[in-house]
Amino acid sequence: MNQYQYKKPRAWNRTKRKDLVVDVFFYMLLIAISMTCLLPFIHIFAKSVSREAYVIANKIFLVPKGINFDAYRKVLQDTSIVRSLYVSVIVTVSFTAIGTLLTISAAYALSRVQLKGRKIMTFLIMFSMYFTAGTIPDYLLMNDLHMLDTWWCMILPLSFAAYNFLIMKNNFKASIPDSLIESALIDGASHFKILSYIVVPLSKPIIATISLFYAVGRWNAYSDALFYIKQRVDLRPLQLKLYYLVVAASESFKAEGGLTAGQITNPEVLKASCIIFATLPIICIYPFIQKYFVQGTMIGAVKG
Amino acid sequence: MLKSEIEVGYGLNKQKKKNRYLRYLQRDWQLYVLMVLPMLFILVFRFLPYSGLSIAFKDYKVAKGYAGSSWVGFSIFHKVFGKRDFGQALTNTLLLNILDLVFGFPMPIILALILNEIKNRYFKSIMQTLLYLPHFLSWVIIGGIGYSMFSVSSGVVNVLIKNAGHSPIPFLQENTWWLISYVLIGVWQSMGWGTIIYLAAITGVNSELYEAARVDGAGRLKQCIHVTLPCIRSTIVTLLIMNLGKLMGGSFERVFALANAKATQYTTTIPVLVYRWGIESGKFSEATALGLFQSVIGLTLVVAADLIAKRLGEDGLI
Repeated sequence: MNQYQYKKPRAWNRTKRKDLVVDVFFYMLLIAISMTCLLPFIHIFAKSVSREAYVIANKIFLVPKGINFDAYRKVLQDTSIVRSLYVSVIVTVSFTAIGTLLTISAAYALSRVQLKGRKIMTFLIMFSMYFTAGTIPDYLLMNDLHMLDTWWCMILPLSFAAYNFLIMKNNFKASIPDSLIESALIDGASHFKILSYIVVPLSKPIIATISLFYAVGRWNAYSDALFYIKQRVDLRPLQLKLYYLVVAASESFKAEGGLTAGQITNPEVLKASCIIFATLPIICIYPFIQKYFVQGTMIGAVKG
Repeated sequence: MLKSEIEVGYGLNKQKKKNRYLRYLQRDWQLYVLMVLPMLFILVFRFLPYSGLSIAFKDYKVAKGYAGSSWVGFSIFHKVFGKRDFGQALTNTLLLNILDLVFGFPMPIILALILNEIKNRYFKSIMQTLLYLPHFLSWVIIGGIGYSMFSVSSGVVNVLIKNAGHSPIPFLQENTWWLISYVLIGVWQSMGWGTIIYLAAITGVNSELYEAARVDGAGRLKQCIHVTLPCIRSTIVTLLIMNLGKLMGGSFERVFALANAKATQYTTTIPVLVYRWGIESGKFSEATALGLFQSVIGLTLVVAADLIAKRLGEDGLI
């Protein structure tokens, strides 16, 4: 006993010291990894606000030199970029509103057990998620519906997503007690009333999550616009505009729209300011929406 | 409402069977009204395109329309399978997905285990916020950042390499390097977000298990290997199988945003080829057949993955 008591502190100290070393290592490692997510933005931001000469001489790393906002003024003067931002905002807002409304109503209706045909309708929705017709039949459908080169081709086709429906249905099932809805029904409330006065107010977090899923997904996607928007240059959303400006022209910058005129001619600076311009909306709201995304992903992982 | 429910209960005898559906409609008409628009969207935008799949078996001419074009059986598929581009696209699709799986799959697990070792809550949440960020950016922006970082002449990474006295590396302009960069950028984009599910699974581990392990003298590494990993095993297996089901998939946006004229060997994947054939050159039948081939194999893989998962006693996906 005596011997044990005597030995214990030494062992504890050794573990403690080893623990500390491991901890420091993990902290350093995490800082290093997370910096790969942060430093590119700082670098590109630094490029975008530095004087052109420094950028051309490859002198800009993380600290801007000769700070000026000419490049941003240039971006904002380019009407086609501002227009594409406007297109993106309109499309994202209407897409999110339609998608969220459809998802709420379908999720509520299909979470009611007494509804006949519930299984077949759920199956149809889920089937459409696992087996898609593909790019070309979708494209031809848009053509047949005369939706190519219109606002609608970016708003309607994807606006009811099976995955989001599944998340919301699971959440309704788990968080809203059946007895509550049943008693409201007995009291004579209609389903519309129950939905708008009981279910929606009780499900604000999940509705926020789903609408953010829709909004961020729509904001970031560019392939459908690439397929469907051909002639109407004024209907290009921001990401597609950015694709033509930054990526497609990445090796030899073909200046588009008004970017050629003016003092700043270096493509690197302009590209950097375009990237920051397009990323800023996401980065600004990102810290606030992150937790909703995490919740949504966890509900999505628990399938029903 | 309740009254009609009782009636339905009594009305189960055969004479009233016809009336039953009418009753359901009467009782739940509001729910059906709620379903009208969602089902309309699904039928129009998801199921109507299935009819367009028929042109994979037809010699489709835009002027003749679906009905006017003549049936040609599987000859379009024969033509597609015979093309050199097809073999390349198939190999590339599988190659990119397998590399993604090999390098991208373990990363979130490792990262989640490391994050789990961090005791300081604030530090941990700051790290998580930073790590999740790339998930929220579009591939166009990531592509733009990629070129800004890795281009030979002015990319900051190559500037640093040149300053250190080495010759620059064509990260995105040479085939093999492009492949490496593509995979690394993908891993970078998804690693942080992937930790969420594992962290949730780790939170669910019974803390008594750790105590018992500590009493038995297990250190942190041993606790991780013998407690944490076995406890999140089912999550890992389920996600692995899910990812195996996606082997024939392919992100059009990711490849397209990183592709350039200098490194083209690996950028022809099936979705890219569908785009080039169909939308750029108007060969709708070939492109549809190619897309259908991918969808069918993809669906088969998903169903197989689901069966395997269930056979192993894990939760399925469907």
